[in-house]
Amino acid sequence: MPDLGKYADTVLSAYAASLLLLALLLVVTLWRGAWVRSELKSVEKRIRGNG
Amino acid sequence: MSIWEYANPKKFLHTSERVLPSLWVVSAVLILGGLIWGFFFTPDDYRQGSTVKIIYLHVPAALMAINAWFMMLLASLIWVIRRHHVSALAAKAAAPVGIIMTLIALITGAIWGQPMWGTWWAWDPRLTSFLVLFLFYLGYIALWEAIDNPDTAADLTSILCLVGSVFAVLSRYAVNFWNQGLHQGASLSLDKEENVADVFAFPLYTCMAGFILFFIALVLYRTGTEIRARRMKALIARERMSDA
Amino acid sequence: MSALLLRDLRLAFRAGGGFGLGLAFFLIVTVMVPFSVGPNSATLAVIAPGVLWLGALLACLLSLDRLLALDWEDGSLDLLATAPLPLEAVLSVKSLAHWLTTGLPLVLAAPVLGVLLNLPAGGYLWITLSLLIGTPALSVIGTFGAALTVGLKRGGLLLSLLVMPLYVPTLIFGAEAARRGAAGMAVETPLLMLGGITLGAIALLPFASAAVLRVNLR
Repeated sequence: MPDLGKYADTVLSAYAASLLLLALLLVVTLWRGAWVRSELKSVEKRIRGNG
Repeated sequence: MSIWEYANPKKFLHTSERVLPSLWVVSAVLILGGLIWGFFFTPDDYRQGSTVKIIYLHVPAALMAINAWFMMLLASLIWVIRRHHVSALAAKAAAPVGIIMTLIALITGAIWGQPMWGTWWAWDPRLTSFLVLFLFYLGYIALWEAIDNPDTAADLTSILCLVGSVFAVLSRYAVNFWNQGLHQGASLSLDKEENVADVFAFPLYTCMAGFILFFIALVLYRTGTEIRARRMKALIARERMSDA
Repeated sequence: MSALLLRDLRLAFRAGGGFGLGLAFFLIVTVMVPFSVGPNSATLAVIAPGVLWLGALLACLLSLDRLLALDWEDGSLDLLATAPLPLEAVLSVKSLAHWLTTGLPLVLAAPVLGVLLNLPAGGYLWITLSLLIGTPALSVIGTFGAALTVGLKRGGLLLSLLVMPLYVPTLIFGAEAARRGAAGMAVETPLLMLGGITLGAIALLPFASAAVLRVNLR
């Protein structure tokens, strides 16, 4: 850990906030992607089953 | 081989799926590498102390905040002119990424501004135009959410994006003018590019490259999601039609 | 075209047409300002130009959802779209009618309300002039917003969210001109910029408005 001096709070909170937002964006993106993918698969299966 | 081949959703999905894994890995390595390099292995600035480390997040986020809008503008133009659905969906997919980037730029800027300028927020032209950009993103996303018919939504949002771009540029100039009218010169704004020494520049470039690739990966992935969601909607609608 | 203009004006003036509501809103906002910032006349004099501009802008904004919604509901918008008159012209006329019934009264009321806010004596001319130049842009930009949201059920809030960012340059230059005028400084630059925005908006935006309205009508 480098010595951040008197600005430790500033630097760390900026990093924390940014990484949190980036992680949130990534998680939401992947989660919705996976959900849509599985949902589409089940819909396709159902239609093929009916047709 | 032309770029328009990727207007075919199947082809787009196929190719983006092949490219995406390596894109995720490379962007993660670049961002993490750049941040670790910048955080642990660069000296403090003699004036700004350790706060200079915020630059590795602030500048790449700001870069992508603007370029995401620019990419949406291009995608909207392609939709309006050539009517490729993938293009409209890519614009839709990019907007939330852009707004998060804008938010990161604003938040890191505020946190950085606190010790350096003695205030979280100043109505400096740069800050103000980013806030206005944030509002434009909000309106754009809200319009996508509000309209059910996907083609209508694509048409309306792309025209909003075109008109909004013109007004965003106008706002940029208006804000520049307005602030000089209030304060004498922008004494708060540090000219960032000028005093960045090489020690800081190389990790910064690494982070910027990482953010660009991360943005591309996110947009490709999200566009794929949108394509599948659209297909699902169409399938369900067709099913209802045949049932009725 | 003039028949359309007369029709819109007549509808606005008729009872329930909403004429005067914008004006009343402008009055009430201006009256509320001293309650919120305190009665100190020096403070009021400083913020008066900005408050008047903001009040006029909000009054304009709130009257926008009526601009096309009534014609949308009773189907006359479909008729107008199939009429020989190009849709761009129809929407320009509608903007003009909106300005005549909302913008112009606001311009005329602003100096009167300036008295309430202790506007400096030099400011009256400039607040009126800047509003006179700027409000047509507000109407034309607002028409674009109204055309975007006309088919939506809960379009009102969304309309504000979409139109407000587009109002930023107009507001900045307009309020800046009024503020500089009130402080006795040179006003040419912001006034010219404001005029440029208005003329540009009048010339170009009807095409965008007509394009989105066609999308909404199909």
